This record gives sequence, structure tokens and C-alpha cells, in this order.
Amino acid sequence: MSSTIESTTRPATAAAGKGDMGRWIDIAALDDIPPRGARVIRTRLGCIAIFRTHDDRVFALDDRCPHKGGALSDGLVHGHAVTCPLHAWVISLEDGRVQGGGEGRVGTHMVRVAAGRILIDASLATRNAA
Amino acid sequence: MSRKLVIIGAGMASGRLLEHLVDAAPGAFDITLFGAEPRGNYNRIMLSPVLAGDKSYDEIVTHDAAWYRAHGITTRFGEPVVKIDRRARRVITAAGPTGYDALVIATGSAAFFIPVPGNDLPGVVGFRDMDDVETMLQAARRGGEAVVIGGGLLGLEAAAALRAQGMEVTVVHLMGHLMERQLDEAAGYLLRKELESRGITVLCDAHTRAILGHDRAEAVALEDGRVIGADLVVMAAGIRPETRLAVDAGLHVERGIVVDDAMHTSDPHIFALGECVEHDSVVYGLVAPLYDMAAVLAKTLTGHEARFRPPAISTRLKVTGVELFSAGDFATGEGREDIVFRDPARGIYKRLVLRDDRIIGIVMYGDTADASWFFDKLTCGEDIAPIRDTLIFGPAFQPGQEPASATAALPGTAEICGCNGVAKGSILAAIRAGATSLAEVKARTGASASCGGCAGLVEQILADTLGADFEAPQVQPVCACTDLGHDDIRRLIRAQKLKSIPAVMQEAGWKTSCGCHLCRPALNYYLLCEWPLEYRDDAQSRLVNERNHANIQRDGTFSVMPRMWGGMTTPAQLRAIADAAEKYDVPAVKVTGGQRIDLLGVKRDDLPAIWADLNAAGMVSGHAYSKGLRTVKTCVGTDFCRFGTQDSTGLGIRLEKILWGSWTPHKVKLAVSGCPRNCAEATCKDVGIVCVDSGYEVGVAGAAGMDLKKTEPLARVATEDEAVDLTVAFIQLYRENARYLERPYRWVERIGMDWVRARVVEDEAERAALIERFELSQSVYRKDPWAEQARPEYGPRKWQPLADLTLEAAE
Ligand code: SRM
Ligand SMILES: Cc1cc2nc3c(=O)[nH]c(=O)nc-3n(C[C@H](O)[C@H](O)[C@H](O)COP(=O)(O)OP(=O)(O)OC[C@H]3O[C@@H](n4cnc5c(N)ncnc54)[C@H](O)[C@@H]3O)c2cc1C
Ligand code: SF4
Ligand code: FES
Repeated sequence: MSSTIESTTRPATAAAGKGDMGRWIDIAALDDIPPRGARVIRTRLGCIAIFRTHDDRVFALDDRCPHKGGALSDGLVHGHAVTCPLHAWVISLEDGRVQGGGEGRVGTHMVRVAAGRILIDASLATRNAA
Repeated sequence: MSRKLVIIGAGMASGRLLEHLVDAAPGAFDITLFGAEPRGNYNRIMLSPVLAGDKSYDEIVTHDAAWYRAHGITTRFGEPVVKIDRRARRVITAAGPTGYDALVIATGSAAFFIPVPGNDLPGVVGFRDMDDVETMLQAARRGGEAVVIGGGLLGLEAAAALRAQGMEVTVVHLMGHLMERQLDEAAGYLLRKELESRGITVLCDAHTRAILGHDRAEAVALEDGRVIGADLVVMAAGIRPETRLAVDAGLHVERGIVVDDAMHTSDPHIFALGECVEHDSVVYGLVAPLYDMAAVLAKTLTGHEARFRPPAISTRLKVTGVELFSAGDFATGEGREDIVFRDPARGIYKRLVLRDDRIIGIVMYGDTADASWFFDKLTCGEDIAPIRDTLIFGPAFQPGQEPASATAALPGTAEICGCNGVAKGSILAAIRAGATSLAEVKARTGASASCGGCAGLVEQILADTLGADFEAPQVQPVCACTDLGHDDIRRLIRAQKLKSIPAVMQEAGWKTSCGCHLCRPALNYYLLCEWPLEYRDDAQSRLVNERNHANIQRDGTFSVMPRMWGGMTTPAQLRAIADAAEKYDVPAVKVTGGQRIDLLGVKRDDLPAIWADLNAAGMVSGHAYSKGLRTVKTCVGTDFCRFGTQDSTGLGIRLEKILWGSWTPHKVKLAVSGCPRNCAEATCKDVGIVCVDSGYEVGVAGAAGMDLKKTEPLARVATEDEAVDLTVAFIQLYRENARYLERPYRWVERIGMDWVRARVVEDEAERAALIERFELSQSVYRKDPWAEQARPEYGPRKWQPLADLTLEAAE
């Protein structure tokens, strides 16, 4: 695989402050997720869905639909959006917003791909209900 | 006194740096240039034309001996640096040490050899320098077979060149489409089509397992078992920054040697540039940014301020006759808009990605004449709002220019009407002879006179030929991604032999880059139905139930329903179900309306394990989640019932064993009753058989869901075999002709029972052909998806979480 391209997806909500950045955890290879697919990671505050799109971009969103809590990781991925498996709401992977008028917004997280590996923001590992 | 400057690597980046230095500060440095290759700087990107025989090595040399002499540069070619001694500020080669005041590392990259057995055999080469090209040219002179591993820019240039040199070439690519880093699926499809037309074999989704051979490479083995003969294997699966010297010297190295905006490494006396560096977490693999680095480093070395800023990067493929361009960020997404232009007839695809009225991404295939015009707008961030409507047509926009329709691309021999065998040429002839409407074409040629499925295409041909004189009635499109209806798409898949989702989207002029949740499942079904052997089912184009082989519940758990053939079970099976229910804490066990048992509320993580347990007890998936065969309900029939006339249970089980696993446009349910009392409720099923004294009454197209409808009689036959044949033929006709998500009763309502009877009952040859096509498809699909997905290797690929961070130590 070419090692020359990488993409970083920074969610619109997270301030791109330098301080906490740079601490990334390597969780898996890009190829562990099929293109146009998703897998989950477990954290103490619930599951996070990691999506891989047709153009090999990677996004991380809370694995809960704002409608009735459907697991977005089981949805159908198209473009940079996912269709919820329960009642077909379409959620943007870029900013977690519901497309076409639904209420609510899904939390997004920092993730990036480097050298074919998926890296997530280290604070996801340490976050706690406290 | 001039400073001693040592440069490691005589490549494209250092070549550019030297030019800047001798221009800006002649004589300021005493320069020594080390190169591992036994030659000076040359234009590496032109190695592809050299390999193809279009250019010679002499034509691509950028700096010759006279140039180095004229500028007083000491050259030490063929002499690799083996060590940097930072404390003494000197570099070491086989000939000894050389001191420096300032050191520049410009060692570029090395080809990445994928770690498989046999990757070090003679005959396996990278594609990086002139020596590699000479090895390949020698192999090409002997002819034979070449396998190129990697379908990116380098791999495809190598493949095209080796093909031009007369070799049999196969490209083995790990990903689903070619050049996935630079192209979207649509452009990747067109590129593949072009390469295949040159005789290059392209295998996507192909994992290399090993390179086979004794003294040298003889073949490449893939994970799926295929073995491809190879006299030459080209590794073009990526590049790795050449950082070994820097690592040994203790410089800060991540993926590349880390540099700041001015090209300093972590040592104040050492600088680096080119593919070996990493700047702001990015490593580059194309020359444009490296040239910018050279300009910056020249300033830094001569004491001026300069900062490297990552430029927009564009890619072209240097294969004669292939027009392809890609730049910027061409991903889709919220706040981004796509302008897509497809001209199926001329094989053209252009896509601009806009954000805030600015071009941020470009993909072009087939016609790249306007590429630099678009790229210019991308780099300077021009507001394109005033010209948005005509932007995609480029600077030479002619009003009225429109893409050609999908039917315009079809050859005259393409069959438009499957029922009556009418080709496009005959329809054109009828139009030339004066037909101006669908009705007239139908009357003259018979096209669309039977099932009417091709009416949309006939109208499109009328519109292509008559232009503004013909007003086509609107068909209901599949979804917002296309203007074409389901029937048109199915006819195009057949007529143009389209065998992949990107192929359909290109040739039918899709308006989006990769479809949506409405069209993808439909296209996936149409393709697997039409090309059961060639098309590979795409799990990512299926909705959750069919992807997970279980029904999702409102709380995210799943229901699991094993098959009970014809509603029959055994104490052992019931025991196994009971054990599974207890073992996996299943909250509810229910007898369904389909004569079997449902385990409701199974946790997603438990699915593979519960399936494995049920498999072990001899049970398979009941497909209660599929657009496919669901159940065959039966009554007890002659075995026990005093009224039974035939073996209804046996026939039901036989039918279920033939039909299970098949995919259909919508779900299909059957029932067989042993007598007209009809205890299995056969008269409201998709196919319902009622046994009578003289044989079997086969009815079809019943409904008892959202609509209620009695089955229509298809035929009355004397033997069980005939009843089975009619059933299979009817279901295959439904598979081949209905629209996705159209139940049989709706489809029959639209096309009429006469049309169905003519094919399934009256035309014996057609019936046999339908059965044969069904069997062909079942040779692939009559298998248990649970057994497959419960295999251990599926766990880490699909069922287990990617990572479990709840186990990380809390801080
Ligand atoms: C389990 C079962 C109900 C029961 O407890 O008995 C059932 C459960 C569901 N049915 Fe059904 N249907 C069940 C028998 C029926 C029957 C009766 C029959 O099969 O004899 C019908 C009427 C006949 C028919 O098929 O039309 C039936 C007509 C429907 C329909 C309406 C279809 C139509 O075209 O009119 C839907 C909706 C759909 O498919 O779009 C539906 C959909 C559903 C879904 C899949 C709803 C959904 O999308 O989640 C239910 C899944 C529940 C779950 O979470 O597991 N179910 N459903 C039955 C399973 C039968 C089996 O063993 O496979
Ligand atoms: C076939 C081919 C086609 C390409 N096509 C394109 C294209 O169309 N467009 C594009 O933009 N880019 C293209 N590229 C990429 C482009 O050539 C590279 O980006 C560019 O050459 C990198 O420049 P560089 O100076 O960093 O490294 P290089 O040009 O690789 O130079 C590095 C040099 O350092 C030498 N070296 C390494 N280690 C040592 C050592 N220890 N001691 C001494 N010397 C050493 C190497 O032998 C090599 O000669 C192509 C590359 C190839 C191989
Ligand atoms: S009738 Fe409705 S509620 Fe009951 S199982 Fe069928 S779909 Fe679900
Ligand atoms: S829970 Fe996602 S659409 Fe209803």
C-alpha cells in the first residue's frame, strides 16, 4: 500500500488546540474495516463506530442514532453518510448531523489514518463517567 | 571561505536544490554529492516512458558530467553513504569519511516489498530506478508473463509499458478498484475497462499469498487459490521513505525524517528534503511538493527566511492514450456539492467537488483538456458561483452541450426487448421509417409488446433520435441518484453486460459518485441475479439484516430463526434450540406464523456462537431476514391425515431444499396443502400448491400481508416433478423480471398472468431454460451463510470490536 497519502479528519466540534493533540492510539489497520463499512470500538462511555468510506476516509462517531438509538455501525455507508439500520435516518459522517431535517446530532471524535493504520484520540481511552 | 555542504542522494529533489543553490549563491558552498546509483541526477518520473520504449535513458538525464564540472560540484556516484557521524560531523562511505559543515539528506524512498514468501526470489523487482527498468526490459525481451502487484500509479504505468513491450500482463490489486488513492470508483472502472481492452488482466480485491518458484519467480499465488504464471513480478505496492541513515544517527524520525517548515531536522547542522521527509505528519510521493521543498531549503541554507507550505497536488497517469487527472479532495460529504458529468457513449467522467462555491476536488477521465483550467481555480480558491451552472463544461462551453444518454452508447446489436428479441438497430430502423411514438415502435417491431419492461429504453432511443420532437413520459426513477427506472437499469445490465456497481453507475449516468441506501441494494441484487458466477455479492451494499444474517430488533439485538424444513422438526432439534436459548440468555422463544421457532433478543456478539451451536445440531439459517426464500409451510398430508391426497409435507420439504438460499427481488413464501381444506393456507402465498386426487394445483401471486389476495391458477399437473418444475421456473422468471422490492403479486398484476403462463407453462423450452438458470445461480447461493460467518476468521474481521478500550488502565 502506498505510504504517501494520509488523511486526518478533525470533527468540526473539537477545537484544534495543540495541547492534547499528538497523543494518538493505534487501534487497527485500515484494512480491518471493509470499504463502505464500519466496526466498533468499546469505551467506558459506550461504543464508538469507526467508519471507512469508499474513498478510504475514516470517521469516528458515537454508535447511537439520535432517533431511537440504532447502532450506526450496522448501517449502510454511502458517500460520507450512513443510513441508520432501524428507520433509515441518514447521518453525515463529517459532523454527525441528521440529513434532511431530523432532530439531534451524533457525537464525533478525532481519528486519523497514517501509514495504513487507524489512530484515535488518546483521550477516548481514558474518558470516564466521572 | 566556502562552507562544506554534503548531499546524500542524487535524486529529483536534490537536483532541484542544486539548481537553486548555484543560481542564488554561486561559490558559497563547496558541494559534494553522494549517490548510491552509479549515475547522476535524472528525471525519475520518466522511467515509465523509458520502460515503454518511448524514450531512452539519455533523454531523461537532467544533469550531466559537464554541468557538475561547470559548477564545481564533486560527484561521488555509485558510492552509498553508510553512516552519519553527527559528533564529528562527517559521513562515512566505503572509501572513508567526508566532513561537512552542513548536511542534506535526500535519500528518497525505496519500493515496498510486501512481506510474502518468495518476495526475494530473482525475477521479483521494484520499480524505482534505472537498474529496475533495465532488469524489466531484459525480462520483456524474453517475452512471457508479468505480474504487477499493486494497481496504483506506478503499477499501472509498469503494466501498460510491459504490455507495450509484448508481455502478457496481470495486475493484482488489493483494493476494490484501481488507483483508489487518486480515483473514485467511477473513474477506476473506466480505467480498468481501458486497460483490459489492451489485453491487460486486472484482478481487484486480490490478496497475494506467496511468490512461487525454485531458483527464480515462476508464479504468484493468491489467497483465493488462484495461481498466475509469472516470469517477472513487479512490486508496486507502495513506497517506504528511505530513513535508515537518519534512524541510525538518532535523528527524530516518524514515518519520514521529521523536518520543520524551513527543512531543519532535529540536528541543527542537518537538513532533509524529498520523499524521505515527513512534514506536519505528511509524507509526499509526487515531485511538485518536493520542488517547493528544494526552493525553501535553498533559502534556508543561504540564510534567508522561507517556509514550506503543502501545495495542492494533482496526478496524471503517464500511459499513452489514457486521459486521467485527479487533484485535491474528492470525497463527498456534508457541505460539499458534487457536479458530475458522465458521457457513457464517449467514456467520459468528470467530477468536481465544491465547498462554499470553491472547487476543492477534481476527478476526470476520458477528457482532461480542461484539467489545468479547473486546477487553477482549485489552487487559487476562485469563487465559481457566477459560472456554476456551466462550470463542468469548461472554458470552451457551448450552450446546449449535454451528455449523451445511456442508450446512445449501445451498439445496434444490443438487445433492447428481451421478450421479443428486438435489437436497438431494428428500433432505429422503425424510427427512420417514420415511427414517432412508443406505440408505433411497438406495432412495427414488437419491442415492449410483451412485459413492457423495456418501454423506458425504447422511449430513450426515440428521444436520442428525434430530439426535441419526442417528449418522453416520465418513469419513476430508482432513487435520486438516477433518472432511470428499475426496468431500464435491468435491461442495460443485460444489454451492455455490466458486471459491477461502478460499471452500472457509469454507463447509466448516475448522478452521485457511489449511490445511496436505495439504489445500492437494488443494483447488488440485479447484478448477482444476472451474473451469478461473475459478480461477487457486495455485503456493504446490503442493509443490516442481510449483512448480519439475522433480524435486527428495536433494541439492537437480533432474532435467530433456524430452518425447519416444511415445518417438520425432531426432539433432538428442539433440544438443541432449548439449549441454545438457555446458554445465550435468549429472552423470548416464539413459534412463528411461518411454522418454525424464533429466538428473539440475541446479542450481536453471540450470533456466531449460537449459529455454530445450531449448525452442530444440523440446522441452518432460516433466512427470516432476507429478500429471498423464507418458508415453505406444509400440512401433515397423506402421512397422517385421513383426507390427504398427496405427500404435501414431502413436496414442501423438497421445494424448500431446492429453493433455500436464493435471493429474490422481495421475500418469497410458499405453502403446500394436502387437500382443498387447505390447512397450510396455500391459496394466499407467493406460490401455493393444493394437492388433489388427480395431482397438483399450482397457484401463484397470492398475498396475505398488507394486501389480501387469492392465488391465481398457474396450471394443474399430474406429477410432483411437474409441480416442482413450474414452481422453480416461476420463481426464476420473477427473479429476472420483477423490480427490487416488488412482491410477486404486484409484479404479476403489472405484467399479467398470460405473459407468465406463456413462459412458464406453454413454452417448454423456456421453462427448461429458466430452471437451468436457477440451478446455475443456486450452485453459488445454495449454502448456509451462518456456517460461513461463524468460521473463526470472521470473528476478528466482522463480529468482534476493533478495540476494547474499557480494558485500558484508568489514569
Ligand atoms: C416472526 C414473524 C411474526 C411471528 O412471530 O410469527 C414475522 C415478523 C416480522 N415480519 Fe412478518 N413475520 C412473520 C410472518 C409473516 C406472515 C405470515 C406468514 O409468513 O405466513 C406475513 C403475511 C404473509 C406475507 O408475507 O405477506 C407477514 C407479513 C409481513 C410484511 C408484509 C409484507 C407484504 O408484502 O405485505 C412485512 C413488511 C415487509 O416485508 O416489508 C413483515 C415484516 C416482518 C418483520 C421482519 C418486520 C421488520 O422488518 O423488522 C418482523 C420481524 C420481527 C423480528 O424482529 O424478528 N411481515 N409476516 C413471522 C415469521 C415467519 C417465519 O417463520 O419466517
Ligand atoms: C516510475 C516512476 C514514475 C513516477 N511518476 C511520477 C509522476 O508522474 N509524477 C510525480 O509527481 N511523481 C512521480 N514519481 C515520483 C517521483 O519520481 C519522486 O517523488 C521523486 O523522484 C522523489 O525525489 P527524491 O529526490 O526525494 O528521491 P529520489 O528521486 O528517489 O532520489 C533519491 C536518491 O537517493 C539515493 N540514495 C538513497 N540512499 C542513499 C545513500 N545511503 N547514499 C547515497 N544515495 C542514496 C537513491 O539511490 C536515489 O537515487 C514517479 C516515480 C517513479 C519511480
Ligand atoms: S405484524 Fe407487525 S409488529 Fe407483528 S411481527 Fe409483523 S411487522 Fe412486527
Ligand atoms: S433509530 Fe436510527 S432511524 Fe430510528
